[in-house]
Amino acid sequence: MNASLQGHTASNPASTTGTLLAVDNVSLEYRTPQRVVRATHQVSFEIDPADRFVLLGPSGCGKSTLLKAVGGFIQPVEGEIRLDGQVVHGPGPDRIVVFQEFDQLPPWKTVKQNVMFPLLASKTLNRREAEERALHYLEKVGLAAFADAYPHTLSGGMKARVAIARALAMQPKILLMDEPFAALDALTRRKMQEELLLLWEEVRFTLLFVTHSIEEALVVGNRILLLSPHPGRVRAEIHSHQYDLHSLGGVGFQHTAQRIHRLLFDEGPGQDAERELGFADIRIAY
Amino acid sequence: MSIRQEYEVALEPLLSVPVERELPLGQRLWQQGWLRKSLILILLAVLWEAAARYQNNDLLLPSFLQTGAALYDGLISGELLGKVWISLVVLLKGYLLGIVLAFALTTLAVSSQFGRDLLSTLTSMFNPLPAIALLPLALLWFGLGQNSLIFVLVHSVLWALALNMYAGFLGVSETLRMAGRNYGLKGIRFVLFILIPAALPSILAGLKIGWAFAWRTLIAAELVFGATSGKGGLGWYIFQNRNELYTDKVFAGLAVVILIGLLVENLVFDTLERVTVKRWGMQR
Repeated sequence: MNASLQGHTASNPASTTGTLLAVDNVSLEYRTPQRVVRATHQVSFEIDPADRFVLLGPSGCGKSTLLKAVGGFIQPVEGEIRLDGQVVHGPGPDRIVVFQEFDQLPPWKTVKQNVMFPLLASKTLNRREAEERALHYLEKVGLAAFADAYPHTLSGGMKARVAIARALAMQPKILLMDEPFAALDALTRRKMQEELLLLWEEVRFTLLFVTHSIEEALVVGNRILLLSPHPGRVRAEIHSHQYDLHSLGGVGFQHTAQRIHRLLFDEGPGQDAERELGFADIRIAY
Repeated sequence: MSIRQEYEVALEPLLSVPVERELPLGQRLWQQGWLRKSLILILLAVLWEAAARYQNNDLLLPSFLQTGAALYDGLISGELLGKVWISLVVLLKGYLLGIVLAFALTTLAVSSQFGRDLLSTLTSMFNPLPAIALLPLALLWFGLGQNSLIFVLVHSVLWALALNMYAGFLGVSETLRMAGRNYGLKGIRFVLFILIPAALPSILAGLKIGWAFAWRTLIAAELVFGATSGKGGLGWYIFQNRNELYTDKVFAGLAVVILIGLLVENLVFDTLERVTVKRWGMQR
């Protein structure tokens, strides 16, 4: 299977040039003191430039592990991950991760220094240019006034914005977001989703977004990869480019959400029809 | 069943009540740490003076004022300051060397399994060993000079600091580590830009403990073998004056030991904490 797919990509170079990130039959394992656990099993997907690609699945489907593997923090035990045709071997500044945890911002750096940090650490820009770019992206996320504040003085939503500005300032080939809004309250989360989409309209970055919320997946993504749990395997790939925050509660949106719910939890279609469509049903993990 | 009426209120800007107000002067003063600590010091001095007058024996317990006078004389004549200078120079040499070695050892420990095992074995072996117990050996190896003192000082600083530093490194969150690696930080740059600042609260605690250990080890060592190469430090000053029964000078020497300890703790370390970990919200 692995070999035939590689042969396929090699014989069809046109398809690889359109693809920014190719995850090819990737199996991931992690180690606990007692045992080795398989997190994902032979997962394949492709992300094109300017995609907003969402990995969606219940907890334990290995979606975060998959994102960390794309980030280069975990080596696949099988298969390979290629960015722009280059096999990913370790972490690098061409794939910047936005984490869920608030402590991703070094507390000893001000907001501006935080945004400058990866630019300087990876020696992408000199200090003056880095400062200029940092201010530019802080302006974009609406935090220019807080450039000299320390992270501990910011709210959760502001910290998430700083992390996004920091990631965008690096202008990475792909932006990796690991449930970036999961630790925020519902109102802030919705605002952040809206802002993320606005930023995407403006910058057109490529995004790989991990979430466990069907609603968030439909709003943020243009394509959604559904993963089954224990271990993570691909269940389906679904289009969601037609939905945004305004489609919340719409009939098409609800139907797709319902379909995803069915695919994730393997409910029969008959069961589905009997149930009344409810907003609460689709917010599985909020 | 009656249903309550719905209502809406149009909100005017709130001007009648001040949004914030200052605390009373007394409370604000009480929040000044230095003021509270000075009060404690004054209280202790008064107690001391009272006890000495009640005892009425200069040879055993000179009063606070007598000690103050001896201290003043010592400082004016330059004798005490000279002794302090000799002690501090040796102390700083040993302290800095200890810091450098602790840094090297912990860097090794975070980067390899061998380094980890080495650090844990060495610290469990040497940390409980009092530095002063090594002095006879140091004298044998390095002779009656500064080098033996520096040797025991390094021993007193190194293990306490390395232990704290390493514990601090272990406590650095996984997210922050991944963020650092994400930007391509590796090896010594990773330690310098991520681990050290993130572990700074523990490192500062280690530096404080190391400083206290070093200071007391130095005074004790000077008391044991006195002058190094003809010039004694503060410990020697205390020892000599005890021999000559100038108890007020002994107290003056002890007071200087304490004063320097307080000064370093409150000026150097507090300032360091204020401009770093407290400012960054890593420590209350």
